[in-house]
Amino acid sequence: MDYGHSERPAGLAPPPVVTKLLIAGGFGVGKTTLVGAISEVRPLRTEEDLSEIGIGVDDTTSVELKRTTTVAMDFGRITFHSGAVLYLFGTPGQERFWFMWDELAFGALAAVVLADTRRLPDCFSSIDYFERRHTPFVVAANHFDGSPVYDPADIRDALDVDSDVPVLVCDARRRESVKEVLLASVAHALARHEAAARR
Amino acid sequence: MTGDERWLDREAGPVVRPYAVTRGRTRPAGLAVGLIDLVVSAGRHSAEARGLAPEHRRLLDLCGAPIALADLASDADLPLGVVRVLVGDLQERGLVTVAASSGGGSQDENVLRSVLDGLRAL
Repeated sequence: MDYGHSERPAGLAPPPVVTKLLIAGGFGVGKTTLVGAISEVRPLRTEEDLSEIGIGVDDTTSVELKRTTTVAMDFGRITFHSGAVLYLFGTPGQERFWFMWDELAFGALAAVVLADTRRLPDCFSSIDYFERRHTPFVVAANHFDGSPVYDPADIRDALDVDSDVPVLVCDARRRESVKEVLLASVAHALARHEAAARR
Repeated sequence: MTGDERWLDREAGPVVRPYAVTRGRTRPAGLAVGLIDLVVSAGRHSAEARGLAPEHRRLLDLCGAPIALADLASDADLPLGVVRVLVGDLQERGLVTVAASSGGGSQDENVLRSVLDGLRAL
């Protein structure tokens, strides 16, 4: 990709459009699979200082006072023909990494809450988070082999999400299916933006 | 550049504790750089670059063209938090500049439309 000269002063030629979507949901719901189905997956880890936030979570008695933990993150990149780049970030599945969510969500276009119909309560906390933050999101029920197929309307009822929040069923292994999910999330963000502009 | 990054083995864990390269700092000196903010070398490599750690130089080499912070961490095979501190150092010395990404997120209609078009064309 050609970004032009590196010497140019910041603020002249506009930088390429760089955006991100969040992929949230419970642990093991298929976030890694979804990111891998549509994007170039890139290794990314973060090393977080747990000395303040880990109190009561980890047993730190046997190690030194200051400790860090490595978190491997789901991270994918889609480069469009226009040169614009869309990054996909999976939110860490374990609740002790909540502190990372604000940073992940900041400036995100939209979010996808991936749900497993066999363990719907696992995604309640993600839905709560995006509702509180007013981040546009869609719910995508990842259909696993052998899991019952539910009607999206029933899933919506079970999750009690607002009527304008798109709820769809997907297969996180299939690129076309994942593409529909991402499109739905961005289209929903646009629709909400337009609705707000009309008010 | 020697292959010193080979000292890091994902399975065994790093030989050098990650925050050793930041001399124990877990927060950057200035404002934190966002995950997809673009980092670019200012093209000055001589005097200001003296006294930099090998990791600083590695990052400098990788940001000849604008690169998102997350990509930089991935390419350098360094943890995000560490890269953020080191980029903060480079920024302080005027060796890199950081441009905030398109920013507006879900509030920017043009960005939303361009992403929709991009996804449809995949």
